[in-house]
Amino acid sequence: MFHRESGYYKTSYAADMALYPLPIARWTVAAVALATCIAPFVLHEYYVSILNLIMVATVGALGLNILVGYTGQISIGHAAFMSVGAYTAANLAVRLDLPFWVTLPAGGLMAAAIGAIVGIPSLRIKGLYLAIATLAGQLIIEWTINHVPWISGGAQASIEVPRPTLFGTQLKTQFQLYWFLLFFAVLAIVGTLNLVRSRIGRAFIAIRDQDIAAEIIGINIFRYKLLAFAISSFYAGVTGVLYTYYLGIANYEQFQIVTSIDYLAMIIIGGLGSILGSIFGAIFVTLLPIVIRLGMENWGSFLFGDADIRNLIPNLRLILFGGLIILFLVLEPEGLNRLWRNIRSYFRVWPFSY
Amino acid sequence: MFDWGFTLALVTNGVLIGLMYSLIALGFVLVYKATDAINFAQGEFVMLAGFIITGMLLLAGAPFWLSVPVAVLGMVAFGFGLERVVLRPLIGRPIIAVIMATIGLATVLRGAAPLFFGAETQALPLPIPDEPIVLGPFSLPPGQVVGALLSLGFLAAFSWFFLKSRMGVAMRAVADNQQVAMAMGINVERYFAIAWGMAGIVAALGGLAWGALLGVDVHLALVGLKVFPVVILGGLDSVLGAIVGGLIVGIVENLAAGYLDPLVGGGTKDFAPYVLMILMLMIRPYGIFGKRRIERV
Repeated sequence: MFHRESGYYKTSYAADMALYPLPIARWTVAAVALATCIAPFVLHEYYVSILNLIMVATVGALGLNILVGYTGQISIGHAAFMSVGAYTAANLAVRLDLPFWVTLPAGGLMAAAIGAIVGIPSLRIKGLYLAIATLAGQLIIEWTINHVPWISGGAQASIEVPRPTLFGTQLKTQFQLYWFLLFFAVLAIVGTLNLVRSRIGRAFIAIRDQDIAAEIIGINIFRYKLLAFAISSFYAGVTGVLYTYYLGIANYEQFQIVTSIDYLAMIIIGGLGSILGSIFGAIFVTLLPIVIRLGMENWGSFLFGDADIRNLIPNLRLILFGGLIILFLVLEPEGLNRLWRNIRSYFRVWPFSY
Repeated sequence: MFDWGFTLALVTNGVLIGLMYSLIALGFVLVYKATDAINFAQGEFVMLAGFIITGMLLLAGAPFWLSVPVAVLGMVAFGFGLERVVLRPLIGRPIIAVIMATIGLATVLRGAAPLFFGAETQALPLPIPDEPIVLGPFSLPPGQVVGALLSLGFLAAFSWFFLKSRMGVAMRAVADNQQVAMAMGINVERYFAIAWGMAGIVAALGGLAWGALLGVDVHLALVGLKVFPVVILGGLDSVLGAIVGGLIVGIVENLAAGYLDPLVGGGTKDFAPYVLMILMLMIRPYGIFGKRRIERV
């Protein structure tokens, strides 16, 4: 059980494709699962709410990573797809009084449809042009939601949404929402894990690595690129719905271009084309402003006056945030996931590294 | 009843604003042309330049004729430094790395500038009279005329630079094919740095013109969002395209604001150029004057 190995000895495809290549991976997953189950019972409600935010962000980061990290396309408009999901679900929940297990997939599917439409330019253009096209998508969707009262509910473009109901109880506390969100976060993680090992996932990776070669070996690029946009936007839509249920309100201000950049930062800091990296990135980017605020409130007074600190916090967040994106891009392009792998492989053969 | 006077006023204003957009877009085009890098921080460059000018004028009490050259030199140094520290390690990496690096840079600048120069909006008075210049039926605001003239001046200067000067020809060679340029003995990395420095000069004067129009604060960076429709319409690697694209965007957004805003309740100004841009991307992604690169996807 706690044996050490000295290399990779895989002799079958089944072993290569196994979700847990080593026994210790199984134990790590079990330990993490146990910790997530115990956490809400022992932590203060405030920390549970942070965990909830992390789980919402994880779903979105996974979705974006499928598109950017695995398929090699780019989207600066992902927050707009989230808003599509959010407003679809909010309208269905308020006007038709539908439960979450209808609104959630509906929001995701609507976002997938819009995402596929925005993704159509990816068939003709790539790289920079695609980035700008998705940026335009973001601005146009944002404008539309803001200016069409039929979608946005009129006043300040926000719709109040009742919290989801499960087995007759309404999920109101952070503790109850925790389990609700955890279910979907785990579903998203397992779904992505299986997606990238499947035929579709391999096709995505082939398109990312060499699109012409991929086409020659018989991958229908047209279909798979649109599929990547649709799947990724589906995740984004679900993220939007989850976030709406978490906040109890759908508001376009939560889904502006800044949010798109936050999610891009997550997958870059976490690691492009890596599922663990998406989770790391979601944790990191969600915690960053909280840690900065706590740090400045507790220790900032050594350096700055009290009045300055409040002005300093949002600026400091921007500086650290942008600086970290650049640092990771220049120094560690594979992100936190790579750092984690380095540490792990160091200890794996420790103390007999030869 | 079609109001010709109203339309004419909208178009005139659009032309002036459009030329000011071109001023910002020129910096973007320069960098893209020479280094194939995409600068998502062009708006923040302009904001930084505006902050340097107002900082010199108000905080340091320097006269106007000194503040602008300091801003130009400061932005050139900033461009050089940026190329060296951030962009050079990213050469040869996927395009998303460069895009994200400039987005990260934009974020840093937006956070850092108010810390050094203050968060309030600062006025940037140009040392010229305020009265509108009246030319026949047109009445032109002087600040925008200055911006438009700067833009046209740069068009002339860059046209000369790229066609006649040794440096400009070398830069075109680098843009055309980096490997061949290297083989001909051109120091490619030096020209990358020069391109970023030149983008700094354009941004400094853009900061002057736009700062005088809008006042200098963090929101000045938002004019950077208008760069994309301008450069896509005109063609990413064309100096002339930046001017023409700017004119189109300026006129279209003013006409949209004049005629569509009353119908849909505002905001079409920021919306119309992007719709136009999407159409352009579908039909002719390389723009009106851009080089037609055959790249199948």
